[in-house]
Amino acid sequence: MIQKKRLKDLTLLEKLYIPEIVKGMSLTFQNMFRPAFTMEYPEVKFVPPASYRGRPVLALEENGEERCVACGLCARICPALAIEVQAAETDREKERYPEKFEINMLRCIFCGFCEDVCPEEAILMSKDYELAFSNREDAIFGKDKLLTPVSKLKDRIEFLRLYK
Amino acid sequence: MGILEIIIITFVKILIIVTMMLLSVSYLVYFERKISAWTQNRVGPNRVGYAGLLQPFADVFKLLLKEDIVPDAANKPIHTLAPIMALVIAFGTYAVIPIGPAVELFGYNIQLVVADVNIGILYVLALTSIGVYAITFSGWSSGSKYSLLGGVRSSAQMISYEISMGFSVAGVLLFSESLRPLDIVASQSGWMWNAIVQPIGFITFVVSAFAETNRLPFDLPEAEPELVGGYHTEYSSMKFAAFFLAEYANMIIASALIVTLYLGGWQVPYIEMAGLSAGLTALIQVGAFFVKMGALLFFFIWVRWSLPRFRYDQLMSLGWKVMFPLSLVNLIWVAVLVMLFN
Repeated sequence: MIQKKRLKDLTLLEKLYIPEIVKGMSLTFQNMFRPAFTMEYPEVKFVPPASYRGRPVLALEENGEERCVACGLCARICPALAIEVQAAETDREKERYPEKFEINMLRCIFCGFCEDVCPEEAILMSKDYELAFSNREDAIFGKDKLLTPVSKLKDRIEFLRLYK
Repeated sequence: MGILEIIIITFVKILIIVTMMLLSVSYLVYFERKISAWTQNRVGPNRVGYAGLLQPFADVFKLLLKEDIVPDAANKPIHTLAPIMALVIAFGTYAVIPIGPAVELFGYNIQLVVADVNIGILYVLALTSIGVYAITFSGWSSGSKYSLLGGVRSSAQMISYEISMGFSVAGVLLFSESLRPLDIVASQSGWMWNAIVQPIGFITFVVSAFAETNRLPFDLPEAEPELVGGYHTEYSSMKFAAFFLAEYANMIIASALIVTLYLGGWQVPYIEMAGLSAGLTALIQVGAFFVKMGALLFFFIWVRWSLPRFRYDQLMSLGWKVMFPLSLVNLIWVAVLVMLFN
């Protein structure tokens, strides 16, 4: 068998691999006494950073008015066709509001396009990631589940103003 | 002692040893998972029972409830025989390993070993050799190429390492001048442990024991990335569990054997000078045996989670070109020692 010439031939000590084995073993032994990185999930919950794209929600102003003007851009851009908006008119200053706003969470792919395209900063990606359903009907989120007070979304709004 | 009493005493011994083996095997699996978790900065099983202590039972129940699948291409009788063989051999080997000195119990003088055979070491070597068949049979009878490769590899590996293992043991036998495990333990009184007198033999034996038990870094028979699961690819349910238990039982036997042959068995150096009562001394000695065994088992697991697997040609060249000559060197070393000091 032809031995291929290497750039650097190993010395006898290196060939024995004993120093390397000792090094490796001592490393794993030291690791045994280091604290675990594990987050014990149901008891301890992960709080994502502001850049996290969780469940999309609708912003609700302090005075109880919703920001959404039902322009339908989010429904238009949504690549998964998860959003359904039906506009209606009011006598208030904003004139338009969504009569029906539904996001099908089985379809949503959390791409954040709706948030990007929204001219009113009305639809925002929240930090909510616990989205398990036992039937299809539960997965369709209406306005009752989507409307969230702005105070809870401050993180995300600040993030968007900085980086969007 | 009458024949009936001997039968009863032996039966009780077997019962105790088998129960202890089953329990320690299941908790060995638990500790394997725990230690692997610690080395990787994880937590490990901690849900079932306090600190996950009931996890092994949950695992066994899960395996029992699973469907037992036998492939169409399999040779059914041998496919069934292989796991039984693996388990029986693994448990049977323990019969000759003494866990403590002779004790007075209920007026009987009892040796703390199931069978005090005067060719005990030969028995162990013979049984571990038969253990190869269990793996080879399972590999061949499964009718799957991965299993076959695993089985073939394991038989080649075990035969190669059995040679260096045998020669290492020969060094021990030169000292004890007996194949009886009790004599071997007795020959290592004080600090005359074989691990200290013949360190090379100790190392070759430990390395061979790793290879014989198919543990990492020698776990080529079940190398997951290349062979799916190796010889037990086509096994499921309780048959798989049998292989699983046999692997860990083999680990326990390997460490018990290393303790008996090289680490002075159940002996604690100079304990007779402490002036303790006979019962207490025996208790400490049995405890010492288990402490030594536990340390070795920890070493087995620690090595598994530290070192990468050998390549097959490296494994073979290590066995034949390094371990075999080293064990011969050890044999000569021991022969010279015996000649000079006897």
